[in-house]
Amino acid sequence: MMDLASILRYAAPIGFSAVGETVGERAGVINIGLEGTMLLSAYAATELSLTTKSPWLGLIAGAIVGVTTSLASGVLTINMRQDQVVVGTALNLLSFGLCGTLFERLRGATGQLLSLPALPKVWGGIDLALVVLVLFAAALTVVLVRSDWGLRVRASGEYPASLEAAGYSVNRTRFEAVSVGGLLAGLGGAYYAIGVAGSFAPDMISGRGFMAIAIVTFARWKPIWGLVAACLVGYFESLQYQLQMTHQDVPKSLLIALPYVATLLILIFSGRGTNAPAALGEPYKGMR
Amino acid sequence: MKTLVVAVLGLLGILVIGLIVTGVAPATGFKLLLEGAFSDQFAVSQSLVRATPLLLAGLGVTVAWKAGVFNIGGEGQLLIGAVFGASTAQLLFKLGIPLVGTVLVLVSSVLGGAIWAGVAAWLSIKRGVNLVISTILLNFIGLQLLLFGVDGPLRRKGQSAPMTEQLPDSWMLWKPSRQTDLHVGVLLAILVAVAIGVFLFRTRSGYLVRATGANPRFVRANRINPSAIQLRVMLLSGGLCGLAGGIQFLGINGQLTPSFSQQYGFLAIPVALVGGLHPLGVTVSSFFFGALFAGTSNLSRFGGSGSYFVYIVQGLAVFGLLGYRFVKDRQVEFAQ
Repeated sequence: MMDLASILRYAAPIGFSAVGETVGERAGVINIGLEGTMLLSAYAATELSLTTKSPWLGLIAGAIVGVTTSLASGVLTINMRQDQVVVGTALNLLSFGLCGTLFERLRGATGQLLSLPALPKVWGGIDLALVVLVLFAAALTVVLVRSDWGLRVRASGEYPASLEAAGYSVNRTRFEAVSVGGLLAGLGGAYYAIGVAGSFAPDMISGRGFMAIAIVTFARWKPIWGLVAACLVGYFESLQYQLQMTHQDVPKSLLIALPYVATLLILIFSGRGTNAPAALGEPYKGMR
Repeated sequence: MKTLVVAVLGLLGILVIGLIVTGVAPATGFKLLLEGAFSDQFAVSQSLVRATPLLLAGLGVTVAWKAGVFNIGGEGQLLIGAVFGASTAQLLFKLGIPLVGTVLVLVSSVLGGAIWAGVAAWLSIKRGVNLVISTILLNFIGLQLLLFGVDGPLRRKGQSAPMTEQLPDSWMLWKPSRQTDLHVGVLLAILVAVAIGVFLFRTRSGYLVRATGANPRFVRANRINPSAIQLRVMLLSGGLCGLAGGIQFLGINGQLTPSFSQQYGFLAIPVALVGGLHPLGVTVSSFFFGALFAGTSNLSRFGGSGSYFVYIVQGLAVFGLLGYRFVKDRQVEFAQ
């Protein structure tokens, strides 16, 4: 009843962000500001793709904004060792305020329906960005386990002192991991605006960043499983839209709640996070 | 004293930045903000009634965070509290018991908020579900439940618009004047703040709450289960957020609509942080942000833009606070 391409398309924003967040969390940094990062990128992508008429430049703009945002919050969480939940919450607030304000100023208050340039489909309903997502998920799964860089990332998330003892900088490794996370969160937000919604509204991300964080736990901190779990949520989202059309007697609000309930159930049945990186959420002070 | 000066100057700076981003000339902007918050009796009452839900939910956030429980779900708890309150009002309305009814509506809104927070606490303790994530998800689910309620079982008879029955004045919270929105809930919220202050700093349970946040292992070493404390704290926190919803329902609206929430439950987090997670500080900061809210509605009405001004200011205020804390901690380190 539902084709894989549309499930993957609905899954992609959460999928990109979840794969990126996995890398950051493996390095010990949890990005509660993922929601705000996605929103800022979605907005940057909206503005740039509208002015240049190119969806690709929109995606690139989203990625750049994603990296910049994650580096900025990295300064607070990694260098200044501030609480990651507080920094993320502040980032979410500020992003919502900034995007809302700029959108209101540049595009008029409400009502105006934007129509962003679409990505060309290469095969079936699949576009190139979706291919990139699958490649990223697969490549990062291997890189995290097999490469030296992956080992460093995992060390900085499990036992950062060991990384420092081996002569590497924990902060630098965390910044590298966090910027990969930001890059992918940026692509996720931009893809939501360009590939899924085709439009922008300040409240459009509505919890997808948090769903991505939830999925990382369920996927046991493995990028490829993060993508699979995102497809599960993506399935519920496309199911929700389809039910809205076929079953108009069912209250719309209950259907909209479906993906959130599904994510919560996923969390309940994924049980305790025994595989969680041991130093997740803990700032590293150095051995001195 | 020095902290106060830094705080005031910092907030002024943040307001200026916020106004520039919003595209309003700072001088005009300040004038509009001040007029909206303080120019006459009505403006002052607006500031006070907008501070009330922020204060109650901010206290809810405070007790939870004090115990090391990151309850981000104030918004959902506030909404479910309001839904419980409105349901109770609808059930009891025919009985014609205005004053008792008012109390029962408030009690049920406390219950609603506590249940919603209890779900997250229970999931966290029994299934190890991250509380930050579950409370956020429950915010979204709570909002959809409210929308379901006002467009379904709670909808006004013979109406197609999504709104509940309008309660008569006799059921609402007492108002000293018909010209303003000021209601007795403002006073109630301040009393609750005092009670929470006494609880946290003058009782054994309050001490255990703070100890759990500071060092759960210490609590465990004294053969007290920190999980049990965290569960109870979440119930209290949710109850306070639910009360915020109930008071908003009985003080201002008298009915639920899809736009009932002004995100008070979510904005209470920065209110609590800026207030230093102390009931007195939270009271001060909630009145500051309440005034800012009232000023902002004036700003967006006459200044062209600014409906998102509060979010920018709150975000910047928390960042400013973090920066200030960082500098202060470094000074302490250098002094050692």
